[in-house]
Amino acid sequence: MSTTTDPREPATATAIDAVETPVVRVTVPKRSLASELRAIKIVWRRELIRYRSDRLRMVTTLVQPLLFLFVLGSGLQQLSAASTHGVNLKTFIYPGILCISVMFTGMFSAASIVWDREFGFLREMMVAPIRRSSIVIGKVIGGATVASFQGVIVIALAGFVGVPYAPLMIIGIFILQLLLAFTITAFGVMVAVRIKQMQSFMGVMQMIVMPMFFISGALFPVANLPGWLAVLNRLDPLTYAVDPMRRLVFNNLSISPQARAALDPGVTWFGWHVPALLEAGMIVALGLIMLGIAIWEFSSTE
Amino acid sequence: MPRTWTQPRNVLSGMIGSNGDRNDAPSIAIEVRGLKKNYDEVEAVRGVEFEVATGEVFGFLGPNGAGKTTTINMLCTLVTPTAGSAAVAGHDVVHERDDVRRNIGLVFQDPTLDGYLTAEQNLRLHAELYGVQSDLVKPRMQQVMTMVGLWERKDSVVGTFSGGMRRRLEIARGLMHSPRVLFLDEPTIGLDPQTRRSIWEYIRELKEREEITIFMTTHYMDEAEWCDRIAIMDHGEIVALDSPETLKAGVGTDRVIIHTDDNDAAIAALADRFGVEARKSEGAVSFGVPAGEEFVPRLFAELGIPIKAVNVSRPTLDDVFMSYTGSTIRDAEEDAGKERSRRMMQMMHGGRR
Repeated sequence: MSTTTDPREPATATAIDAVETPVVRVTVPKRSLASELRAIKIVWRRELIRYRSDRLRMVTTLVQPLLFLFVLGSGLQQLSAASTHGVNLKTFIYPGILCISVMFTGMFSAASIVWDREFGFLREMMVAPIRRSSIVIGKVIGGATVASFQGVIVIALAGFVGVPYAPLMIIGIFILQLLLAFTITAFGVMVAVRIKQMQSFMGVMQMIVMPMFFISGALFPVANLPGWLAVLNRLDPLTYAVDPMRRLVFNNLSISPQARAALDPGVTWFGWHVPALLEAGMIVALGLIMLGIAIWEFSSTE
Repeated sequence: MPRTWTQPRNVLSGMIGSNGDRNDAPSIAIEVRGLKKNYDEVEAVRGVEFEVATGEVFGFLGPNGAGKTTTINMLCTLVTPTAGSAAVAGHDVVHERDDVRRNIGLVFQDPTLDGYLTAEQNLRLHAELYGVQSDLVKPRMQQVMTMVGLWERKDSVVGTFSGGMRRRLEIARGLMHSPRVLFLDEPTIGLDPQTRRSIWEYIRELKEREEITIFMTTHYMDEAEWCDRIAIMDHGEIVALDSPETLKAGVGTDRVIIHTDDNDAAIAALADRFGVEARKSEGAVSFGVPAGEEFVPRLFAELGIPIKAVNVSRPTLDDVFMSYTGSTIRDAEEDAGKERSRRMMQMMHGGRR
């Protein structure tokens, strides 16, 4: 035992016999709020470390949104020129593209819970003396952080599509995409907790993400839609992220009132214009509800 | 079964640099009473009872599917028992889950490392999850990684490690928070003999240096020899429990293996002339007799069948296993394998996990 070791001697002394280094004894404290916060922090940090080491993922999750933005945006420009009142189509779809990049990354981050389960690491976290909710919260915050990094890259591209770098607008968009990142990751984790295999998750993700994207109004104005689509559109959470973002962008463009009215009609509920703050509040509320469901589901798995 | 088991030799007390929680460590590290686990109709564990004293290296020996892993999972709070109770480090595994978890280290059969992180990051993550005091994380990490010979590789990504290195790292990680009880589920399975040996050296070193109880499962007979005491498990029950020496002495017979040209005739002759029940194994005839050396001269004189070679050995744990279960561990595994695949099918249909 280590009782004979002189504490004045440097512990790191490259001893002739490594076996004789003193035994460092640590203790695990009782569970407390501080220990839960520490657990949340390390789960969050792990997501960041993994994002940083996975450069390929940064690129791959950007490819599709950028394709939409630059290829679809440029290609359809001629077709839509007549109805956009001189506004570039790329400018119009830019907020939607920002949302979808955040969404892809958020969902991808959520997938790591499936991944961890398949490769066993989840077990290491599940047997630790911490609440299951701390794991879920750490994951969601981590995924949201990563997703909003991706959002920042897209925000940086604003100048390429005719969106000015107005500081207040940038801050507004940044906050909105942060909220969206949180909600989407919570949604992804909620789905991921129930799924045991990566392939299934990818399939489910495709099934959910693309319809949400198309229905949200990322690619078209949400006024005068056919009845069925209008209903779906108002139910799609992404609608309430795209709409205030677009309003922020359009506030900073110098365009005709007709263009404004045609392209940024705003979301209405039975004729009532939904204010941007309520839209943002809805995103947060939805995120918190889904986080709650995810925690509940995760806590009840063996 | 006797109620009180032999106490181990070295119960350490009065540790330095530890808090009060540790000083009043109970002398019983694990106490199990009538523990049962059923999966649907399958009785995986059928009411086992035992105690493990603090500082002991306790082995669970048995074929795959005997219920070892289920038992270990119940003790680790991962599986809720159907009936019975168990206390680990003085805490009930059902009602005081967190307290049990704070005091145990786990090394699973299946890898649970994050292959994208470095060795150091994996251990740090563990320390954070367990709330280890920040200033002690680094020295403790150096100590456990040095022990398993991976300190120089701390900055390597785990994905680049070999199977043996990963297992060693998992052991180091399991020790990061100075657990009172370390659970090792088949720690040496699938490893080359050299790595297996080194893992046993770590375990022995650990036992000498730290106040720790080690509970492990294995189905390698030769490894069970390293344990202070072993419990032989078969079909969800403990059929024998004692030190390896006592168990072997309890067999009472030496193993004699003879090679002849006509094994069937030899078996018949053995039964006929000596009243010994022999059986064929691996192309030779094998049987147990008390005082084997003295039996051999009589064998040559009286068998009446030419013997080409003879081998007498002291009883091994294989013999112990056979004397308690009536089959070799290999045969038992084949049977259990069938049973397991049946159970797997059931589970898959039941949609478990």
